Amino acid sequence: MTTPPRLVQVRHRVLKQNDLVARGLRSRFREAGVYVVSLVSGPGSGKTAFLERVLTTLRVRDGLRVAALVGDLATDNDARRLARSRAPVRQITTGTVCHLDAAMVSAALDGWRLEELDYLFIENVGNLVCPSTFDLGEDLRLVLFSVTEGEDKPLKYPTIFHTADEAIITKTDLAPAVEFDAEAAHRGVESVRPGMAIFEVSAKTGEGLDRWLDALSARRSGALG
Amino acid sequence: MHELSIALAILDAASEEAARLDGARVLAIHLRFGPLSGVVEEALRSAFELAREGTPFGETSLVFEAVPLVAFCPSCDAERPVASIRHLRCAECGGPASHVVRGRELEVVALEVEP
Repeated sequence: MTTPPRLVQVRHRVLKQNDLVARGLRSRFREAGVYVVSLVSGPGSGKTAFLERVLTTLRVRDGLRVAALVGDLATDNDARRLARSRAPVRQITTGTVCHLDAAMVSAALDGWRLEELDYLFIENVGNLVCPSTFDLGEDLRLVLFSVTEGEDKPLKYPTIFHTADEAIITKTDLAPAVEFDAEAAHRGVESVRPGMAIFEVSAKTGEGLDRWLDALSARRSGALG
Repeated sequence: MHELSIALAILDAASEEAARLDGARVLAIHLRFGPLSGVVEEALRSAFELAREGTPFGETSLVFEAVPLVAFCPSCDAERPVASIRHLRCAECGGPASHVVRGRELEVVALEVEP
């Protein structure tokens, strides 16, 4: 006699393991008093240029202690570019993996004295799809897209906009050359994520950066008290 | 292709749950997923077929249960279905509804086993 198959109800979040590591990171960051910002975007949106300018400004102008982790599939080009800011930078080479996860961040932080930092930035692998699913324990997630990529990025990749807290439109110095329709871009963000804060920044000229840095500083004070 | 990472995590979840079922054979894993989970069903199906090779789940299938997108609508003061992930607007009144209540899920919810 054969017993028919039975259905056993369970409740198991698929990313439980990642979420547990991310939660551990978040409490470690909070205890150390470091505010953690991650950046996601498609390849070529200007994450590295933006971050280089941010790191330099915070370190030199504001005298803050900053560091960065940078995820990349194969090369350490981005890490070398960021090192020009003279902030400590560590590379995470993911090989064929298209996103960072909490365990990679945790491993990369091995030996770092987080309590000596005010800000830690995590640059994810250039990809607008895969990173959306993985919590890295960050306080703030930025999604970047450049004026040269077109206004419809939010409508094409809504999920990543849902997991991010703020949107940054980059390379605004090129906006006239590519006839960028800022209003359409804002409408797209507003459609997929009503109320999301949007900043427009040129890493080349520095335009718009102060507005974002002021908001960042307010966010940090709010989180760390 | 983050679906491969997810497929491996599904197998880990299934192993952990199956370990409590004294040697029962897992015929199917039921997965509940929302439109904002970041998972594409077709991609995950292929990734799962690769990931299960050489594991005790070589013959196990994956059953998808889609969760609808639901958000809190401040104008209606209620949870409402949402038009689409591209238009986070209340399906009833059309107002913005950015607080997603359901639709991010990615969970193993049942195992079909024998005996």
